[in-house]
This record gives sequence, structure tokens and C-alpha cells, in this order.
Amino acid sequence: MPHYESPILVLIDVTPSGAAAPSTAQLIGAAAQLGTPVALVAAPADSAKDAVDSAVAAGAQLVLTTDVDDGPIAVPIVDAMQAAYRTVQPDAVLISNSIAGRDVAGRLAVREHLALSVDAVDVARDDEGIVAHHSVYGGAYLTHSAPTFGTPVITVRQGTIDTRAKSAPEARVEKLTVEPSGAAVAVGTVVEALQIASSRPELRGARVVVSGGRGLGSKENFSLVEDLADELNAAIGASRAAVDAGFIPFPHQVGQTGVSVSPQLYVAIGISGAIQHRAGMQTAKTIVAINKDPGSPIFDVADFGIVGDLFTVVPQVVDALRGRKK
Amino acid sequence: MKIFVLVKEVPDTYEDRRLDMETGLADRGAGQVVLDEITERALEVALKYADANPDAEVVALSMAPESATSSIRRALAIGAGSAVHVVDEALHGADLGLTATVLAAAIRRGGADLVITGNLSTDGAGGVIPAMLAEHLNYAQATNLSAVQIAPDAVTATRETDYGSQQVTAPLPAVVSITEALPEARFPNFKGIMAAKKKPIEVLSLADLGVTADPAEAPQTILTAVSEKPPRAGGVKIVDEGDAAVQLIDFLVKNRLV
Ligand SMILES: Cc1cc2nc3c(=O)[nH]c(=O)nc-3n(C[C@H](O)[C@H](O)[C@H](O)COP(=O)(O)OP(=O)(O)OC[C@H]3O[C@@H](n4cnc5c(N)ncnc54)[C@H](O)[C@@H]3O)c2cc1C
Repeated sequence: MPHYESPILVLIDVTPSGAAAPSTAQLIGAAAQLGTPVALVAAPADSAKDAVDSAVAAGAQLVLTTDVDDGPIAVPIVDAMQAAYRTVQPDAVLISNSIAGRDVAGRLAVREHLALSVDAVDVARDDEGIVAHHSVYGGAYLTHSAPTFGTPVITVRQGTIDTRAKSAPEARVEKLTVEPSGAAVAVGTVVEALQIASSRPELRGARVVVSGGRGLGSKENFSLVEDLADELNAAIGASRAAVDAGFIPFPHQVGQTGVSVSPQLYVAIGISGAIQHRAGMQTAKTIVAINKDPGSPIFDVADFGIVGDLFTVVPQVVDALRGRKK
Repeated sequence: MKIFVLVKEVPDTYEDRRLDMETGLADRGAGQVVLDEITERALEVALKYADANPDAEVVALSMAPESATSSIRRALAIGAGSAVHVVDEALHGADLGLTATVLAAAIRRGGADLVITGNLSTDGAGGVIPAMLAEHLNYAQATNLSAVQIAPDAVTATRETDYGSQQVTAPLPAVVSITEALPEARFPNFKGIMAAKKKPIEVLSLADLGVTADPAEAPQTILTAVSEKPPRAGGVKIVDEGDAAVQLIDFLVKNRLV
């Protein structure tokens, strides 16, 4: 392997169809803020090529590849990351704070005795080394963390870092030799893709989010949220009450135990604004709320609040937006 | 079967949670603390198995300050048979690495067949401890489960991945973490609360576990800065009198949001 100045090792999340996850560009962008991005694509051989191309397009200077089976969970990727870590000897390891990423980050940190920082919203370098920035308690606090010594493993919250690296057409692609650890492992079946209308933007990192709550009353009525979202080219969010009631699947939940979003515009429809919901959206630039109860706490954080019946107001907004487009 | 359930006391999410501006750590004195809801759900998964399998032993494990005893008693009142409470001054502000080392040592000592945890705590929201434990213990790992079947030799489950769900099988011994799709814990009744007073809580120190928290020995993650953002203020609030949609569009246009 040629020498790279301050290599930063990035794990590319690969989707079941073999594409690089949307987090790729931000992870490599974040790595470029710290040093030279080196990416690992550990995926089944027949599907890895697209992911390698995406990593190069996103600016990785070196892409290491290794073939892994898709049945065993986490362990093969941890083994590959361990091999990559030892080969690259990076200044930092960046991994997406995804479900798959967290598993790998935790295990790699234990295996290689590295300090672990999770859910970073940014990374930086100061005189003493690499620092991760975190948004705590729904954005009420910002903290910085750093390792006492050694290379940090940092998981990065999806959709938070805007820096992008320049594409690296001269990048090298090298095969990595991985020694299986033989660690105990669980085995999974092929992932059944979620039935989400994929033409809509991803919730994480979306510029506009329209969310619906229990006030929608039923799964059928939830289409009002979808109508407005489509007019605003928005991703769809929901409160936990809406998810629990089955209006929409869990990956759309915004809040404490769901996704944290910071869009330019967040529209809350029929959502009371419980503290756990606000924890996931109160860092939005602009918040609009539609709720019939003037005492709803959502109005405490809304830049534009409408006290009214959502079944009257939302269709009028949708019509007006459609009218503007004509 | 011996099942360890990780339970954690956290600041109540229904309140304004605060960080200590000196240390960047949770300000434990600032408000109510509760047993994290997700850890109660994890306990419920174990209890449901124990209901049908009386030979199963359910142990609640917590690494927490001394003051957490009442939260641990709540886990016993809900139905855990016993508890292990790791308490040590040296663990104040422990990072994820040290926390995982300590919990793994306590699980090893107890000889668990199955470890059940929540997928993410509501305070740290790290979501990495289950994987770290699996690595320490060389147990099979299955995280983020939304349905769980426990059998004497394996856990079969539905796992929510980043892209959809899959069926997984984890041979025992295993560490599994569960999502909030699983049911809330049963409510502790009077009998449970009375019984909890007599259930054993084993209190262990770092020395009991043979773990040192020596900062020179292993790297740790430390907080180097903490700042508070001013709370958000509300803006315009109008009552719909038939023209709310028009006013909203004006607002969006003025702010270049459409
Ligand atoms: C540990 C923990 C974690 C949690 N995590 C989350 C989380 O991640 N995300 C989350 O959202 N919640 C979370 N919650 C739950 C949270 O406390 C609330 O229960 C939830 O957010 C309420 O959802 P809601 O606003 O849709 O429902 P409700 O609070 O019932 O509010 C419904 C609102 O709709 C309004 N409404 C009804 N009909 C109409 C109408 N016709 N027109 C206009 N308005 C109408 C009502 O006035 C009301 O304000 C968590 C709770 C706990 C304990």
C-alpha cells in the first residue's frame, strides 16, 4: 500500500442491493476534513462494484475491498475492519451511526482497544488531535469528545455533515486479505426491503420534513401528510403515537427514540409536541405546526403555528401549493 | 437458563434534562430519574420466557451510582429474580469502553446464557454496548430485534436492519438488543413490590470484578467541551378563520421555503 498522509479509515455501509448507502458521501467528506479518506467496502463480491464506484466518486483515495457472505451478522465486517485498521493504521476510524455501523464500531473498538465516540454530528482536528462534536438532549447541548490517546473510532449521525470531498478518479482499489476471527455469530436471512415509496427523500438529512401524529386519526387519513409532503418535496416523519397506531412504519418516527432531523422546514400536523418528539426536531431551522389545541406544547417551538382543524387546513394548503405550480 | 437483563437508570425524558456544565455529564441532581423504558421492555422479554419456563433465572444487571438502588428495586418489583449492581467511585463518568468492560466482567462472573438489552438508551443513545459485550464475551450477537423467540439453545428473532427486516438465529450464549416495537413491561403490583424487598441485590465493586479503571491502561473517550444552546422560542400563532392556508403560504414564500 502506498503511503497516505494522515489516513482516515471509513467503513462504507452497503445496501442489500449492493449500492453504497447515502451516508457514504458525508463519511468521506468528514474524513477529508481530517486527512486522507481510505474506504473499506466489505460486501458480497457480486454486489460490491457499485459501492466501490460510489466511494471513489465521493473522494476516497484508496478503496480496500473484501468479499463477505451476507448471512452471518456483523462479525465478517468486523474482521474486515480489523484487517483494514491494521493495514492502514489510520488517525481515526469513521463509521456511520447506522444499525449495522454501530455493531461494527462497538466490536472494533473492543477488539483493537480503541476509544469510541458515538453519534457525532461533526468531526474536527485541533492541536491535540481529532475531536468529535455531539448534539445532546435534542440539541439543547453541544459537547466535544476526544480520546485520551490513540486512534478514535467515531460513529457519525446520518445526514448531518455537509462537507463533501472532491471525487478521486485516480484512486486505487486494492483487495484486502482478511483472516476470519471465528467469533461466535448469529445468522440472518436476506433483508426484506421496506415498502416505502422510495421516490420521496430520505428522512435523515432531508431539507423539508412533513410529520403526522395521532391527530390524523387513521392510516387512511395519513395520506394527507403524504399529499403535503409531495407538494413540498419533503420526507415523511411521524410521532411515536402515529407509529404505535400503525399509521406508518417505525423508520419514520422522529424523536427521542426515533430519527433526529434538522431540516430547513419541519411541518408538524396533529402532533402535540411532547418533549420526546421535540428532542428529534427542535433543531429544525423553521417549524410550522397545525394543531386544534392552542395549548399544545408544539406551539412553544413553532415559528408559524396554526390553531385549527388539520382536516380543513391541510387540504387547503395542498390545493394552494398545487395552484401555485400551475 | 440464566438470563441477564441490562437495566439502566436515566433522567426522565418527560422533564428538561440537564448536563453538568463543568463535566459535560448528565446532571443527576437536576430532575427525576427513572428506569429507562427500553430496559423495562427488555426485562419483559425475559419475564415472558420465565413465565413459561420456571427454571429460567432472570437477573437484572446495572452499573450505576449507589443512588440507583430504588430503580434496581423497580426491576425486581417488575419481576427479575435478583439483581447485580456494580458500584464504584472510579466509574463516575465512565466511557463506553470502560462500561462495556465492567458489564462484560459481571456477566462472565454470573455465567449468563442470554443477555438482553435495549437497543438505545434515552440518555447516552450510544447503541453500541450490546455489540461490545458480544465481542468481549465471544457470544453471538443479534441487535435491534422487534420480535423474539427464546429456545433452550438459540434465539430466533425478527431484526430491523437499516433497510428492512430479516429473520435471525443466534445460538446461545448470545447478546440480543430489542427495539420499542416489543411490549411495555408489566406493571409492578403490590405483591411484586413486597417481594422485591426480599430479593437479593448483589453489590460489586471494580475490585470484585477484577477490573481496573486505570486511564493509562486503555484509551478512554473524554468530554473536552460542553456548551448550552439557548432554548427555542415560539413565533407567530394564528387561529384559523378560513385563511390560515393562505397565511401559511405567505409565510413560506417570505422565508423562501417554497
Ligand atoms: C422513553 C420515551 C421515548 C419516546 N420517544 C418518542 C419519539 O421518539 N417520538 C415521539 O414522537 N414520541 C416519543 N415518545 C412519546 C411521547 O411522549 C408522546 O406520547 C408522543 O409524541 C405523542 O404523539 P402525538 O403528538 O402524535 O399524540 P398526542 O400527544 O395524542 O397528540 C395528538 C395531537 O393531535 C391534535 N389533534 C387531534 N385532532 C386534530 C385535528 N382534527 N386537527 C388538528 N389537530 C388535532 C391534538 O390536539 C393533539 O395535540 C416517547 C415517550 C417515552 C416515554
